[in-house]
Amino acid sequence: MLPRVLRRLSMSLLALLMSGCSAVVLHPSGDVALQQRNLIIASTVLMLLIIVPVMVLTGWFAWHYRQSNTKAHYDPDWHHSTGLELVIWSAPLLIIIALGAMTWIATHTLDPYRPLGRLAATRPVPEGTKPLKVQVVALDWKWLFVYPDYGFATVNELAAPVDVPIEFQITASSVMNSFFIPALAGQIYAMPAMETQLHAVINQPGNYEGFSANYSGAGFSDMHFRFLGKSQADFDAWVQSVKSGGGALTREGYLALARPSEREPVKHYAEVAPGLYDLILNLCVQPGKMCLRDMMKIDAKGGLGMAGVHNVGRLAYDRPPALNAGQSEPPTGLAYVLALCATPGPLWSPAPPAAAAGN
Amino acid sequence: MSTHATDAMNAPPAQGFYLTEEHHPENGTMLGFWIYLMSDCLLFAVLFAMYGVLGGNYAAGPGPKDLFELPTVLLNTSMLLLSSITYGFAMLEMARQRKGATLLWLAITGCFGVAFVSLELTEFAHFIHDGAGPQRSAFLSSFFAVVGCHGVHVTAGLLWLGTMMAQIQVKGFRPTIQRRMLCFNLFWHTLDIIWVALFTVVYMLGAGA
Amino acid sequence: MRDNSELIHFIFGRLTWDAIPFHVPILVYTFIVVAILGIALLGTITWMGKWGYLWREWFTSVDHKKIGIMYMVLGIIMMLRGFSDAVMMRLQQAMAFGGSTGYLPPEHYDQIFTAHGVIMIFFVAMPMVVGLMNVVMPLQIGARDVAFPFLNNFSFWMTVAGAVLVMLSLFVGEFARTGWLAYPPLSGIAYSPDAGVDYYIWSLQIAGVGTLLSGVNMVVTIIKMRAPGMTLMKMPIFTWTALCTNVLIVAAFPVLTAVLVLLSLDRYVGTAFFTNDFGGNPMMYVNLIWIWGHPEVYILILPLFGVFSEVVSTFCGKKLFGYASMVYATVVITILSYLVWLHHFFTMGSGASVNSFFGITTMIISIPTGAKMFNWLFTMYRGRINFDVPMLWTMGFMFTFVIGGMTGVLLAVPPADFELHNSLFLVAHFHNVIIGGVLFGLFAGINYWFPKAIGFRLDAFWGKVSFWFWLSGFWFAFMPLYILGLMGVTRRLSHFDDPSLQIWFQIAAFGAGLIFLGILAFLMQIYVSIRNRASLRDHTGDIWGGRTLEWSTSSPPPDYNFAFTPLVHELDAWADMKQRGYQRPVQGFLPIHMPKNTGAGVILAFLAMACGFAMIWHIWWMAGASFVGLIGSAIVHTFNYHRDFHIPAEEVARIEDTRSRLLAQL
Ligand code: HEA
Ligand code: HEA
Ligand code: CUA
Ligand SMILES: [Cu+2]
Repeated sequence: MLPRVLRRLSMSLLALLMSGCSAVVLHPSGDVALQQRNLIIASTVLMLLIIVPVMVLTGWFAWHYRQSNTKAHYDPDWHHSTGLELVIWSAPLLIIIALGAMTWIATHTLDPYRPLGRLAATRPVPEGTKPLKVQVVALDWKWLFVYPDYGFATVNELAAPVDVPIEFQITASSVMNSFFIPALAGQIYAMPAMETQLHAVINQPGNYEGFSANYSGAGFSDMHFRFLGKSQADFDAWVQSVKSGGGALTREGYLALARPSEREPVKHYAEVAPGLYDLILNLCVQPGKMCLRDMMKIDAKGGLGMAGVHNVGRLAYDRPPALNAGQSEPPTGLAYVLALCATPGPLWSPAPPAAAAGN
Repeated sequence: MSTHATDAMNAPPAQGFYLTEEHHPENGTMLGFWIYLMSDCLLFAVLFAMYGVLGGNYAAGPGPKDLFELPTVLLNTSMLLLSSITYGFAMLEMARQRKGATLLWLAITGCFGVAFVSLELTEFAHFIHDGAGPQRSAFLSSFFAVVGCHGVHVTAGLLWLGTMMAQIQVKGFRPTIQRRMLCFNLFWHTLDIIWVALFTVVYMLGAGA
Repeated sequence: MRDNSELIHFIFGRLTWDAIPFHVPILVYTFIVVAILGIALLGTITWMGKWGYLWREWFTSVDHKKIGIMYMVLGIIMMLRGFSDAVMMRLQQAMAFGGSTGYLPPEHYDQIFTAHGVIMIFFVAMPMVVGLMNVVMPLQIGARDVAFPFLNNFSFWMTVAGAVLVMLSLFVGEFARTGWLAYPPLSGIAYSPDAGVDYYIWSLQIAGVGTLLSGVNMVVTIIKMRAPGMTLMKMPIFTWTALCTNVLIVAAFPVLTAVLVLLSLDRYVGTAFFTNDFGGNPMMYVNLIWIWGHPEVYILILPLFGVFSEVVSTFCGKKLFGYASMVYATVVITILSYLVWLHHFFTMGSGASVNSFFGITTMIISIPTGAKMFNWLFTMYRGRINFDVPMLWTMGFMFTFVIGGMTGVLLAVPPADFELHNSLFLVAHFHNVIIGGVLFGLFAGINYWFPKAIGFRLDAFWGKVSFWFWLSGFWFAFMPLYILGLMGVTRRLSHFDDPSLQIWFQIAAFGAGLIFLGILAFLMQIYVSIRNRASLRDHTGDIWGGRTLEWSTSSPPPDYNFAFTPLVHELDAWADMKQRGYQRPVQGFLPIHMPKNTGAGVILAFLAMACGFAMIWHIWWMAGASFVGLIGSAIVHTFNYHRDFHIPAEEVARIEDTRSRLLAQL
């Protein structure tokens, strides 16, 4: 698409930037991130076509027309030139037309919701490939990964076989985060009660960094995880080790896990409560809470009328006192809608007083 | 702005470079008030947008059909519209420089306004008493916000109206007061228009749909 | 016992001794220093017996020039706070590597970046920009004051009230820990139950009302109060940008007001706008805040584009190249700024078509901006450039801003933004345009108009020192952030694992140090200029050979600005007058109608602040009382019909004769 000269120029620019630093955005290991990298470079070069002349002209005019240079032509009344004005407006316009076209195409081909068409530049996804499905939940302040097809879950460790398309479904437990593995693909927000998606593939085995790219409170700085790109054999072995590790992530277990904590070590759960991700997405892991899915169905039919008006419960607890430093009382008024045919069980129990001493 | 500066151009213009009498720029109050009103409309636009997005989220609670009583709202609407008409009469009387009549019409306008606000408050109290307060669902939150915001504006208008009545009583029809009456006119009609939009979008569509 | 505690709770709401951070040494020291400085300042004023003077001549003044200067002083004071926050962050990030978490626990670091962003945007950049428009715009259009002088004073004090609340949060309670746009659910009551977000809400709300009213005021001023003959296309370019900026203010700030009200309702009443459990939608907040937030960044930059235009044409001794296309470019940017807000959250999962629509409209903004750039360039072409301090800042801007603009356009390409969003690359982008554009513009403007507003020019030597430190400091402080962004480093992190990043943060900290020297040099410049004011004094009123009307009156201008309203025939009215041999009238003066000073603005804003403070701490009786007081005082104020007076003709004649004598001595 791009003239060869531009490509060569961009490569040398790249080399310049890469010397001495490990710029992962410029040196990714997944095909999606690679295409995004190429786009970054192509756009930059395209814009430099006009930015560089502007800077050069600025320097040149400043030097040439300095006051002390009396030889320079001085024309205090010269203030208009239709031809020049035309150039002034159309030069940036041309660049933006080119960039706009690139943007339109790239935004559609690199849409995170779009299933992958290729594994790498020259390799289309083979017919009948089954993508790896991963459900991602951003918790305070760690990451939960559920592998629905394998029925296990991990915390702060994500693994995927090389050259297999991955389908992420992403949500969050409480506040907004952003799911980002720079080596693999661009980020996408993780938001409570909403699901976003990402399609990506990793092309080289390795141990990569993943993290939240959207500030989410006190523990945000340590909200990293490892992303392991593995050969198929290594991946299978990893799956085996997780499965044989034992342990199960129950609904209660999840509620405990979801409570704010920092620098959580890697955890493996061989089993996951059925439909857990769905319950998380619908904000109804706590027993007795109405699932948003049900709520939306009811609302589509016009609500429950006055009969439903008092169908409301209260959360006893939401965040640990650590976050409420200087705050003696827990927040009040945190209510939720009760599920229709469940007796409200004990909700989150109050935090033990010891935790309060934390900060 | 031609580049060929002729000698004629270089001579001072006949009118000179200074205005030698006192300069009275146009008064900007009406324009300023109008711009302020536009910005107020934007505020309502945001609340309407919220209602548009959240208006169907009843959180398994009551919806508009369960709550709204159109007859009461119609009565309410007529209060507001009548108050606009009576305010018009006050403006006419002001044009005739008749202080007593102006004050009377203003008082009537105020009564209609008070009736409107009271009816609205009764409606709110009723909802809240039944458990359908602004906390119950996003629909109710945005309902209370958009209708309540209008109500707050009407209440502010009533305070303003009272103030103007006192000023007319004390100071008579000065140009400043006449200008304020004009501003209030704009304000009150804008609130009418917003109410009509509210009535249609929130009450009629809600109760009908 | 129980009764007693309820009484205390009633009186003080949730304000307790715990809210005062005795256990945080840094804050205690800061407080002591601030207190000592404050007491010293107040003491000096008392000792010199200046309170009456300050109150009569400044605080209650409705003179647009004085209000403008007060805005600038507010901006400079708040800048010191914003800068100390910046330095603290730079130090923290340079230290906190590997095992070390630096000296600021997240709880503090998170407050600091939030406060830094809020203060810099709302209480540094905004007051400076509004102040500059206040001082210059009425003079440029040949007016005696703004359309609503009292409102102007009130707007200023509302901004002060907001600033005071932010400063209070340092010593009473805490500030928000949410980032400067306070996205829910994080900013909701469940995750930020303490007073921090309430400080955020009320300080912005109060200052925002002031800004909105000031916007209305200036739009009306420009539309209604131009000197006879000054058609729209003969308006100075700075006035044009001021017009567009204020239109943007009027059309954007109500959205901020609304969204803050909704967030307050969620927090105080328990409504469900931005929480999920009852069907609310946090994405609405994100959309609304950016519908305000994006125009806001153009509110900041447009007036400075105007400053650069004035400076370039003055210091090149030439008419501005392409005046008409400059005006169209400004208008186009104004309109487009409403169509791009979504570029701040491409990563929220809107579809590809939506993302590319907003991406492309964003890029289109670079076309009019580019046209402006070229217009400045071709104004220099065939000019005779005098590199005095304002022009230096302008050159610094032209070299720096293009880079920031380019990286902005890069961020507007959605797939590229997926990689760079929320990274330090983004942080570098906006500091690049804000410092390279807004700040450099403010410095250009201050150096350019200081002699007009105060009567003597600023010292050029220290001005140049300040410029070079700022320029080099900027490049050192923010270029590393571009690189870090490409290394995948996210913003708002208080510590890092990878030690190989540290060197870049250290370079950035070094850059901030250079900037610090630049600030010191600027303060030095002011100090030296005041000391040498006698030799720097300007009696001509037209120190740079200006082209617009503000240079036709004395420096500083008399209270009434112009003894006779100028008649405008051409663009660059003052250059036209000079070229065609105008005669300055020296007799036939008339009494001049002027607005009177009033203390109402101070009182109203004080009550608004008290009300905000009471709301923050849930002191309901005080909130109610101050609110009633606010409404009551406003009503009482409307009964004041003695708002104007006449400056007698003899007084005008006396002032103008003095000027004639000074001019004759030249
Ligand atoms: C006007 C806006 C403005 C300005 C001037 C600055 C100036 C500076 N900023 Fe700021 N910054 C923001 C707006 C601004 N910033 C915003 C909005 C954020 C995001 C907050 C968030 O995450 O929520 C941010 C975040 C931010 C971060 C956090 C990055 C992260 O998330 O990890 C850092 C880190 O060091 C930083 C550093 C600096 C530094 C070193 C300067 C200094 O180099 C510059 C020093 C500046 C001054 C000394 C004052 C400037 C002077 C004036 C404005 C007027 C001057 C006039 C006179 C003196 C007459 N900034
Ligand atoms: C004064 C402030 C200011 C200004 C002027 C700008 C100007 C621009 N900004 Fe920036 N921006 C901010 C302040 C500003 N911005 C802030 C504060 C944020 C972050 C807030 C936060 O998240 O905390 C932000 C974030 C931001 C984002 C969001 C990124 C993200 O969150 O992931 C984007 C994306 O599109 C963007 C784009 C642009 C563009 C295209 C311009 C354009 O207007 C630039 C146009 C200028 C030029 C292009 C240079 C000159 C032109 C030429 C020489 C002509 C030829 C050039 C070309 C044809 C390319 N900005
Ligand atoms: Cu937030 Cu979808
Ligand atoms: Cu923007």
